[in-house]
Amino acid sequence: MLNTGQMNPPDNALPNAAQDILDTANRLRWEVGNSAHEKIVETIYTDAARIADRAVVYPDTPPRFNLDRTIDHLVTSRIWGFPLMILLFTLVFWITIVGANYPSAFLSWLLLDEVYPLLKEGSAFIGLPWWLDGLLLDGMYLATAWVIAVMLPPMAIFFPLFTLLEDFGYLPRVAFNLDNIFKKSGAHGKQSLSMMMGFGCNAAGVVSTRVIDSPRERLIAIITNNFALCNGRWPTQILIATLFVGALVPAYLGGIISALAVVGVAMLGVLMSFAVSWSLSRTWLKGEASTFSLELPPYRPPRFWQTIYTSLIDRTIYVLWRAIVFALPAGAAIWLIANITIGGTSLAAYMVNFLNPLGLIFGLNGVILLAYVVAIPANEIVIPTVLMLTVLMTGASQYGAGAGVMFEASHQETMTLLQAGGWTLLTAVNLMLFSLLHNPCSTTIYTIYKETGSRRWTTVAALLPLVMGFAVTFIVAQVWRLFSLMG
Amino acid sequence: MTTSVKIPAGHNCATCPAHNLGNLTKLGINMENWDYVVALAGNPNTGKSTIFNALTGLRQHTGNWPGKTVTRAEGGFEFGGHRYKIVDLPGTYSLLSTSLDEEVARNFILFGQPDVTIIVADATRLERNLNLVLQVLEITDRAVVALNLMDEARRHGITVDERSLARDLGVPVIPTAARSRQGVPELLQAVNDVATGEYVCKPHRIKNEPPALKSAIRALVEQLEIAFPGLPNVRWVALRLLDGDQRIIEAVKRGELGDLTRDDPGQTNGDLVLQLQEVQHA
Repeated sequence: MLNTGQMNPPDNALPNAAQDILDTANRLRWEVGNSAHEKIVETIYTDAARIADRAVVYPDTPPRFNLDRTIDHLVTSRIWGFPLMILLFTLVFWITIVGANYPSAFLSWLLLDEVYPLLKEGSAFIGLPWWLDGLLLDGMYLATAWVIAVMLPPMAIFFPLFTLLEDFGYLPRVAFNLDNIFKKSGAHGKQSLSMMMGFGCNAAGVVSTRVIDSPRERLIAIITNNFALCNGRWPTQILIATLFVGALVPAYLGGIISALAVVGVAMLGVLMSFAVSWSLSRTWLKGEASTFSLELPPYRPPRFWQTIYTSLIDRTIYVLWRAIVFALPAGAAIWLIANITIGGTSLAAYMVNFLNPLGLIFGLNGVILLAYVVAIPANEIVIPTVLMLTVLMTGASQYGAGAGVMFEASHQETMTLLQAGGWTLLTAVNLMLFSLLHNPCSTTIYTIYKETGSRRWTTVAALLPLVMGFAVTFIVAQVWRLFSLMG
Repeated sequence: MTTSVKIPAGHNCATCPAHNLGNLTKLGINMENWDYVVALAGNPNTGKSTIFNALTGLRQHTGNWPGKTVTRAEGGFEFGGHRYKIVDLPGTYSLLSTSLDEEVARNFILFGQPDVTIIVADATRLERNLNLVLQVLEITDRAVVALNLMDEARRHGITVDERSLARDLGVPVIPTAARSRQGVPELLQAVNDVATGEYVCKPHRIKNEPPALKSAIRALVEQLEIAFPGLPNVRWVALRLLDGDQRIIEAVKRGELGDLTRDDPGQTNGDLVLQLQEVQHA
């Protein structure tokens, strides 16, 4: 391509030509001096100002009341900023929890009480062999039905609400409120933006750290992104909070207390994010926080129906689909390990019994630990896995027709089931904590590797939260037991 | 303002192709055999992704906050008998900076050589947006300015004389309100005119730089033209070299600058395309 004209130097001369150009540039740079850059920028700014001045006519008198500024004074105020933020998010979760109850119960009734027996009858009618019937219906179908019944309703309410807040312009204000704390932690203020993305999906959050120009601060943002609760983990938080925390208070307070518990765990994640950023920027990733300007966009009335539509189609269905894709093989795998026996004991029982003592030390149990191993590809299937394994471990006969079967899914039934599996309030609290603090899903780990290009930092990002999760649940379990002994 | 698309039937405009969005075929992610490549550049949060979605029928995530798009998104559409590939770039305040998202935008405008660059500007913050517009016009000859968020400007009582703006910038300026699809047909027509060469841009260029700088640029441009014949935007490359831009110095060293003369924009920056695809499928 370079060798078409007569004036071109021969091929081997090209590096020299390049070197000549760079030499000339260096020499001229000294002649022109440092002011070249500033001169150009100055010229651009002057021209921009002149052109804009000619074209734009602003209103003569600025309006006396500026709604945007009034809202901003309130939501970014030192005193009201944080309480308003907590209030707003609590409201969002309260609507989600209260609103999801009814459709959740309906879906479990439909998929588990109505459709499942029909499928069983059909399979008996066409004479499927027991193992195929088990694998398809008791394994794959039930796991998928669980995912839909448990996850679809809260997602279909939570995502549109969150997207409405985003469309309105509230998220940059949250970032503005958090910016100061991030700076004090030695991290980049824009980390608050990548954290916001992480509340949707950590893999997306990790990619969004590209807005941060300093590699040191970008690495901190990548490592701490996992502390933002993602799509796959919100349903776990919401369900467990509803079942165990909400049950502690009278029914009319249940919704709001559960919502506060979820907000509490999310806030703990934000705190962890600060704490880890602070420690990293004082140990392995030393350095000063750089400054930047964050533009607060104008509030825009959200396009209500369009937002509802796109968040339902793009986020809800997308996440649900991902969950189903992972739940199908997971359901099959769980059914298999529950039905393949060695010496009269199933593989699942061996594994759970092996992990149980370890789980109990951390206030969890073997079922939860096994579920987290199964759920490495996707956090979404933790709850279905926990439930299926619990049915199995508590003697399935009282709950369904065979091992791995789950008939009832309304909250009361789920609660009874889990309690029969030895669950206490401590188990529930520690599951919520462990759901916040554990290794990122495999997609996120892969994304971290792609973005950092470093095995070492990927390992740190994967293991650090896991270690923290074990540490936190261990401490909580010990303190809890100490107090129960004293009480 | 002439941004309304609601034109009474029987009026001459109603039969004009520019007012007929029916001429637009949204091709989604189908971008095969494109005739022209269009890039969407602009400050953060000015509505680039909204325009992208309006043209392609895709649903690239839009949200009311700066920094939403950090990678390139690509889509296709057909208008006036031509097939277009359109690339949504991350928002940037300048083309001189260092962060990865801004690098993605700059590299594409520079190395990807789009046939037309749509520069999306926020009508309510025109002066600051013009800083980027002028920088893009330093690099490319073929651009259209979409003066977006006109609805918001109107609400705040701000009026913008798009004719004066077009005269000063030397490229078409189309007022739009992409959220409600206003001005989109006119924008498409302008893109079409610039792409086909029916409209020849005379973009605004920096003229009043100090004499010492002027002669330095001239000297460097001469050398660059010999080493890299057919290189577009030589002047800009010379300016960046004088400024000590590491990325451009590297490109000269590795002979990558030669890639700038390539005809097929789809072939450059393969790694970025891969990066984007991986992110989208993650």
